[in-house]
Amino acid sequence: MRHHLILRVVTKLLVSSIILFALYVQFHGDFSPGGGFQAGVIMAVAFILYGIVFGLEKVQAVFPAWLVHKLMALGVLIYAGTGVFSLFLGYDFLDYGAFTPDHPSHGQHWGIFAVEFGVGVTVTGVMVAIYYAFAMRRPAISDEEW
Amino acid sequence: MAETFINLTLFVMLVATAIAITRMQRLFGVAMMASVFSLLSALLLVTLDAVDVAFTEAAVGAGISTVLMLSTLTLTSRIEKPATRSPLIPLIVVTVTGAAIIYGTLDMPNFGDPNAPAQVGVAAQYLERSPEEIGIPNVVTVVLASYRGFDTMGETAVVFTAGVGVLMLISGLRRRRRSPDEKDRGETS
Repeated sequence: MRHHLILRVVTKLLVSSIILFALYVQFHGDFSPGGGFQAGVIMAVAFILYGIVFGLEKVQAVFPAWLVHKLMALGVLIYAGTGVFSLFLGYDFLDYGAFTPDHPSHGQHWGIFAVEFGVGVTVTGVMVAIYYAFAMRRPAISDEEW
Repeated sequence: MAETFINLTLFVMLVATAIAITRMQRLFGVAMMASVFSLLSALLLVTLDAVDVAFTEAAVGAGISTVLMLSTLTLTSRIEKPATRSPLIPLIVVTVTGAAIIYGTLDMPNFGDPNAPAQVGVAAQYLERSPEEIGIPNVVTVVLASYRGFDTMGETAVVFTAGVGVLMLISGLRRRRRSPDEKDRGETS
């Protein structure tokens, strides 16, 4: 497993900046293009890239399959939980004004932050889970076969 | 003028990519060309000022879809089988469908038409009220997560369901079966 030296070095450099960019897209989505869906995909790409270059065992040591499967459901729970939370505070479902009753637009910021985070978590989980599902079926094929 | 030229160039490249895809036999190349196709569509969306959509197209269409298509290739053959039947009937079907779609676009409003259905509905209200009601500069995020929060929750649930579907179909995760001695313990306790 000593082939693709350049790919492995470049991947090591890239993975951290991809994750940083995903976090930027996630939490800066209020001001610039982006949001949970895009951030989730970019975050998943970081792990998928690592998995493609270094192998499935290495990436699953960092991001095990059971955790990915939990994250898929957790994101939807965060989103729906935000709605249920505002419901319990006496507001409508997903009415973010509930979070700061004396300053409704501030509550909107918190609400959008929470649901976008939920979207990002689910999309990351689903994308990585689909990649794992495909990659676990068959060992990686050799370079000559392409 | 410059924008017309850019649009024209992008559309020509789009058509060229599509033709190249149909003429290729090696599926690895087809997957990469499909990625190029998505990237060109993303560029077209940028020229339409739909940056959020372009971002999604580039990340999902050109990024993840290509990876998933390549992963699928590892499970199947790498070369397309040569067609055995005459391509006449498929060609007629494609031509008729394409003509119907082009005929349908004749009814569509022009680009930037202020009387287009998308402009006269609630969109103006959203643009007018979001600065004071919510105060987030990116109106796309506001509409997506706040005004249309229910829709986005549905979308998230759809993504989740798609993931669960793939896991159930091909992940090979089996239901945990209890071994016989565990079963005995379970019954006695």
